[in-house]
Amino acid sequence: MADSTNNTWDFSPAPESIGHAEIDSSYGLFINGEFVNATGDQFETINPATEQKLATISNASKADVNKAVRAARNAYEKIWSKMPGLERGKYIFRIARMIQERARELTVIETLDGGKSIRESRDIDIPLAAAHFFYYAGWADKLDYAFPNRSPRPMGVAGQIIPWNFPLLMAAWKIAPALATGNTVVLKPAETTSLTALKLAEIIQQADLPPGVVNIVTGHGETGAAIVEHKDVDKIAFTGSTQVGKGIQRTLSGTDKGCTLELGGKAANIVFEDATIDQAVEGIVNGIYFNQGHVCCAGSRLFVQESIHDEVVAKLKHRIGTLIVGDPLDKNTDIGAINSGQQLQTINGYIESGKEQGAVFYQPNCELPAKGFWCRPTLFTGVAQSSRIAQEEIFGPVLAVQTFRTVSEVIKKANNTPYGLSAGVWTDKGSKIFNLTSQMRAGVVWANTYNQFDPTSPFGGFKESGFGREGGLHGLSAYLKVN
Amino acid sequence: MAKKKSSSNSKRLEVLKTYKMYIGGAFPRTESGRFYSPMVDKKSLGNICLASRKDVRNAIVAARAAQPAWAGKTAYNKGQILYRVAEMLEGRRDQFTAELVAQGSTLANARKDVQASIDRLIVFAGWCDKYQQIFSSVNPVASSHFNFSVLEPTGVVFVVANEQSPLLGLVSIVAPIIAGGNTCVVLASESKPLSAITFAEVLNSSDVPGGVVNILTGKLTELAEHFARHMDVNAIAFDRDDKKNLAKIKLYAADNVKRVHPIEQNWSDDSAASPYLIQQFSELKTTWHPIEKISASGSGY
Repeated sequence: MADSTNNTWDFSPAPESIGHAEIDSSYGLFINGEFVNATGDQFETINPATEQKLATISNASKADVNKAVRAARNAYEKIWSKMPGLERGKYIFRIARMIQERARELTVIETLDGGKSIRESRDIDIPLAAAHFFYYAGWADKLDYAFPNRSPRPMGVAGQIIPWNFPLLMAAWKIAPALATGNTVVLKPAETTSLTALKLAEIIQQADLPPGVVNIVTGHGETGAAIVEHKDVDKIAFTGSTQVGKGIQRTLSGTDKGCTLELGGKAANIVFEDATIDQAVEGIVNGIYFNQGHVCCAGSRLFVQESIHDEVVAKLKHRIGTLIVGDPLDKNTDIGAINSGQQLQTINGYIESGKEQGAVFYQPNCELPAKGFWCRPTLFTGVAQSSRIAQEEIFGPVLAVQTFRTVSEVIKKANNTPYGLSAGVWTDKGSKIFNLTSQMRAGVVWANTYNQFDPTSPFGGFKESGFGREGGLHGLSAYLKVN
Repeated sequence: MAKKKSSSNSKRLEVLKTYKMYIGGAFPRTESGRFYSPMVDKKSLGNICLASRKDVRNAIVAARAAQPAWAGKTAYNKGQILYRVAEMLEGRRDQFTAELVAQGSTLANARKDVQASIDRLIVFAGWCDKYQQIFSSVNPVASSHFNFSVLEPTGVVFVVANEQSPLLGLVSIVAPIIAGGNTCVVLASESKPLSAITFAEVLNSSDVPGGVVNILTGKLTELAEHFARHMDVNAIAFDRDDKKNLAKIKLYAADNVKRVHPIEQNWSDDSAASPYLIQQFSELKTTWHPIEKISASGSGY
């Protein structure tokens, strides 16, 4: 490792131009095919990299949610549930195409509003969002083949609540299968990242989707609660924290509403001594520092076989020393801004608790911009199984490293968590891969890779990471009644 | 000659069976020492164990302990074991028929239910090594990865068994749950608990390992909170027409995001033989593995 010289091979700044992205100074709610004023108050959405205001967003009240649900019900009864599947599908294909056409604009806005690096919004978020619409569009006329002899039928009005870590992508994960199966939608984006959902509303308008089929109401937790509690919503789909998910499950307990939950995680990423170490190090970095660690399936617990611990940690430290933290609009940036000041506070709290509970702390010495919310890639070694940073979801770029000696030991340690969303395994031995992947109590397991997503691949958790799947044929059943 | 009193003249005293519970492959009484006496036509069915919170917890511990080994058995082996259960039940048809009659069934219905129960076990013995192929998939991802999804057991399932169908209702829900690799704790029909306990004897004399199926007798109202809040239960099958207790169970189930499945199935109907019941108590796992790029191609599938 040649890091001892004074050669600095710094990248020149390569910022993406923001001139092409049009953001209105204020946004209303998208109800019944139109942007309308909210009866509630307004709030600001800021760029977390600069703390500058981007736009004013409407806070939808109960009355506004009511209006949106009524529009969705009306569109469901009169138009959408009666439309032939192929026609429904054609609308969804249109949306997919328009997302591709406007990809650059969406990319820039996603990065401005959420703080994620432009490389990730350009290469992952936006293309995957388009791909999800494209994939589910094709299912709309084929549901009888997916569920033979079960007469699949839509549930009705779906209430959907999404998080701030992949704003447009999560909207796509929710809206695309709901529309393909003949439901209409009331969707609430997260309060810190409403802009691309509102841009999607523009696209939906441009695509001539019948009014009311998709309604987008922005706001805080109370707006989400109004959707969950609404009597005329037939199904709730939620992605977010386990704590809020449990609250939703409780709220729905006395009802017959459908519910799917995609909640938190604390994934184990397991590296065996026979793994290709350099490849594994790249996978570990991608596993935890992708999207600033704001990823429910992040590989936040690293289990390294004892014999290679020192080598892996040394290589990791070297590698995270090369990560570029800073301006999310710069095409060379690896780690962008933390999504909000509040989330930064949460992450810093966990970093303090890791130090207090005796783990060994490491951060590279990189410079951080003066304004905005930032966190250096963080590594803790010598972490106890019982410590908070090994047990609780941090949702930031903080990796907890533990060691193991035997296969059975690491299986026990890895599964010793209430969560069960994802896991990773690194080894060159095929039979070991299949032993580990089948023993992990998790919904998605990556072997010799990490954080891969695809519309055809079902995603979702075991245990307290939620229930229901998004993606693939299996993702359709979250929005269908079957015999 | 003096007349000898013949034994055939006197009425033989019937040996009554003590109905105990079934936990971890053993037949303990409730630790609480309590009992209840369900009545049929003003006649008591016996002194039935009134399970306590501690019994619920013991049974869940037994189910959890048995789960990994049961899930780890080959599908072929699980199928053979379920078939063995059917064999054992077949040999005891008369006993089950008589017990159903004692619990208020007509003879004709009792016979029908016992036969249907045996046949249901045969159906699910067959499903054990077949459902996976119906529900799993290879997913054509747009990158160079081999990606597939399979069903895995949810884990420990608490079953609130059907109140009116004490044998067929019980067998029909337990069979798919264990066929899928889960273990379970069953709360038997409160008013007709005899068949469940006698079925435990069938399980015990077949090759079902102890702890895979645990059977309690008692009152739903008393136990609902305890199993619904238990942090080591993964799912609940609720086969009663009882909206109030269902709502309560769903509320408490959120403590650890349990999957609650209200069962609305007519067990006499052919649709009860469907593998969707197995799917309901399964989790879908998706695995990704890179494919070496030999040409500049994308996915291999």
